[in-house]
Amino acid sequence: MKDTERKQATLEYAQRLGDDAVVLGHRLSEWCSNAPFLEEDLALANTALDFIGRARMYYSYAAELADDGRDEDDFAYLRDQREYRNLLLLELPRGDFAYSMARQFLADVYNLLFLERLMQSSDERLAAIAAKAIKESRYHLRRSRDWMLRLGDGTEESHARLQRAIDDLWGFTHELFEIDALEQALVEQGVAVDTPALRDAWLEQVEQTLAEATLERPADDWAVKGGREGYHTEYLGHLLTEMQALHRAYPGCDW
Amino acid sequence: MESGEEAWRQRAARRAASALPEVWSLLDGISDPEIPVVSLWDLGILQDVCKEGDTLVVTITPTYCGCPAMTEIEQDIERKLKQAGHEPLRIETRLSPPWSTDMMSPEARQALEGYGIAPPCSACTAGGGQPACPHCGSQETRPVSEFGSTACKALWQCDACQEPFDYFKPI
Repeated sequence: MKDTERKQATLEYAQRLGDDAVVLGHRLSEWCSNAPFLEEDLALANTALDFIGRARMYYSYAAELADDGRDEDDFAYLRDQREYRNLLLLELPRGDFAYSMARQFLADVYNLLFLERLMQSSDERLAAIAAKAIKESRYHLRRSRDWMLRLGDGTEESHARLQRAIDDLWGFTHELFEIDALEQALVEQGVAVDTPALRDAWLEQVEQTLAEATLERPADDWAVKGGREGYHTEYLGHLLTEMQALHRAYPGCDW
Repeated sequence: MESGEEAWRQRAARRAASALPEVWSLLDGISDPEIPVVSLWDLGILQDVCKEGDTLVVTITPTYCGCPAMTEIEQDIERKLKQAGHEPLRIETRLSPPWSTDMMSPEARQALEGYGIAPPCSACTAGGGQPACPHCGSQETRPVSEFGSTACKALWQCDACQEPFDYFKPI
């Protein structure tokens, strides 16, 4: 791989990771002032901030690599949904509280495994971002796992809602462990994380928590994919419309 | 958390060996916007001060990826140093080594406690006890929420004096 190719691929990779972070961060931020109680409101807003901060770090790096005058805001606010390359799981609407916690748990287990590997990246900047983010993800997982147990092994109502959420989300988790040519080439350079290799460890942890929470592990009989290619669910466009409205209406707005 | 302690030692060594002690002292006057009793130095945000040619370079590290106080902190540093005539000036953000509560100075821990915030307790995370109540000193405390009013704090309550308190999360 030539240096220029590697640079371009790393840019796209950093952008993908930024997309993952900003989309999930935005979904979490939608709970702000809507959570079931005050402490949970604070926790969700804090977690949202962690992801938005992470997105800024990835986008800033992508902007440096692009070196064409764009900055982090251009990446977040001036790209359309087909240009977004986030994993579909992360863009699904927040649903009820059980649904948001189930998604968060599935993502947190993945994030910890992913960041552990990214810390070893031959790309120093990505490794530094991962080393920073993983400390936060440990807290995220502790909390989302706790909610899995409380809701799953809670009341009939909370159990039913959480089971429904897991069932509805499961088909979107297969995409987490897909890899395309761009990432494969970066894996060979030691830059990117070999995500298919994370699946066994992810499944083991998730199945263990599901069992403890008295929940059924859904069957692997359907899968939706396409986020990394820019093919999204109908929901991302609506999310971006809201997230980008201010910046598009008042470009470069400062206050 | 050896890397954190090592980072604290390195940071203290950088300050001790610095040819610009007056700049470090000036920056001691800037505190965290959310926790006004702790300076940027004590908290571990301020990492280095050096000269590159004529340019004064101040290096800081964020506590959390999304800490909203970072912009204000940068502005505070810029204002303070420009007022004292330190120009040209550049503020750099460094991510590695990642910030850890082990980078905090012993003075920071005392100041936090005096302010009503339980200082970070690394042993507690590993299951070795509870943070003591910063109001009455009791160990009979329990977590209310993993997340508090800022990214760096959790909500706890004391079962002895019943007071709720902020706990600085060890990371």
